[in-house]
Amino acid sequence: MLRKLGDYLTLMYQTFSRYDKSLVFRKRLLHEFYNLGFTSIGIVLILSVFVGAVATILVAYNTDNPLLPEKLIGFSARQMIIQEFSPTIISLILAGKLGSQIASELGTMRVTQQIDALQVMGINPANYLILPKIISCLLFIPVLIVFSIVIGILGGWLACVFTGVITPTNYVVGLRSWFEPYSITFAMIKTVVFAFLITSISSYIGYTVKGGSVEVGKASTQSVVVSSIAIIVFDLILTQMLLT
Amino acid sequence: MIKVEHISKSFGDHLVLDDITATFERGKTNLIIGQSGSGKTVLTKICIGLFEPDSGVVTFDDRPFSNIKEKHKIDIRKDMGVLFQGGALFDSMNVEENVMFPLNMFTDMSYEEKLERVNFCLNRVNLKGVNHLMTSELSGGMMKRVAIARAISNSPKYLFCDEPNSGLDPVTSELIDDLISEITEEYNMTTIINTHDMNSVLKIGQTINFIYKGKLWWQGDSKSVLHSDNKELDEFLFSTELTKRLKTI
Repeated sequence: MLRKLGDYLTLMYQTFSRYDKSLVFRKRLLHEFYNLGFTSIGIVLILSVFVGAVATILVAYNTDNPLLPEKLIGFSARQMIIQEFSPTIISLILAGKLGSQIASELGTMRVTQQIDALQVMGINPANYLILPKIISCLLFIPVLIVFSIVIGILGGWLACVFTGVITPTNYVVGLRSWFEPYSITFAMIKTVVFAFLITSISSYIGYTVKGGSVEVGKASTQSVVVSSIAIIVFDLILTQMLLT
Repeated sequence: MIKVEHISKSFGDHLVLDDITATFERGKTNLIIGQSGSGKTVLTKICIGLFEPDSGVVTFDDRPFSNIKEKHKIDIRKDMGVLFQGGALFDSMNVEENVMFPLNMFTDMSYEEKLERVNFCLNRVNLKGVNHLMTSELSGGMMKRVAIARAISNSPKYLFCDEPNSGLDPVTSELIDDLISEITEEYNMTTIINTHDMNSVLKIGQTINFIYKGKLWWQGDSKSVLHSDNKELDEFLFSTELTKRLKTI
């Protein structure tokens, strides 16, 4: 375990060393923006609508009390979406999509000697392959989470319109009540940490694959499991650190 | 010229290379031959810096290459071209991008200059009109030739080939051998080929190093290899039914 942690830190040190050529790096970065970020917009938007709607219905169901004002439902749904559902649940989904994608891509490159080819050419493979992935995710996943928050809240409003759990007007009043901008800061800090965990852990697992196609498949699964556990653990740590 | 001196390498308790000393000359095709598991791939990987030897040194034209920091190896690495067994072409790139890759990374040439060089290298390996094919669309022989084109695109001084004939039919295999031999002479490169293909041994082996159980067992050339009285080399060379029958003729 300690040895793996040491290997992971060594890989990150190699990853964050100076890149070989800025023009090549910029091209790689743009490629990864599309490959990892842009292609994730669809799944994030679809999930966010439903997560927002379900969150609103659940809050309404659990606070069905005449003594509680209806706008509390909009407020609670907003807080849940901003503070937990969008940053954590969407990051877990992205750990599945991006984690397996990164691990299988790097794992395949490792077992087919493409990484060796880069190394013998005098290129730092960790820097060339992993750094653009990490930077693009650190920049793009927060954007996805902002989309997710907006669409999640919209999903809650749609739930109000189509199920009538509360009136859309009361939902909107709730959304606008007791808003603290720090909630967004909190969500963004969590998102950036989760983005780094997803990309760096998956990259490490894919980059260090030994064997053949079976091991690449195992690495892909392992990257999802380990990234997801890391996200949940850091969710607890960050929530404790930043909200108390 | 590449020299390996007193190279030893173990994995755990298993001694893979035992005190190997050899010289690989410029302008010649230098072969490393031996049975599977004899240690020839490990020796090649030590030469290209993918493994570090436990002891001994590797020098490229008197420049040390083993057991030094990675950043100090870069100048030598830029003079290297490597043909991996499976080609190791970047599967996310097409043929043109693969061959252009070293030029993108290490030169400031314009796109037109790079394209001219890519087309020259592809023509040199007898491939035309394949620039925009993806690697998955290439046959085994074409893949090897694209890999050779990529290896020579940056005009290397040293060329390493890891089993260049593996998985190829005899005709394509001979084409690849001829190509490697020609470009070695043409560009005056130091070429090291790791092979167990008998045809390559006899046809292009200007110097031959036979590795047996991790030791350098025999050295010579394609003329002397057939008449050697070395028992292990003899067993290796004449191990198939065809070569056994040929020997008796």
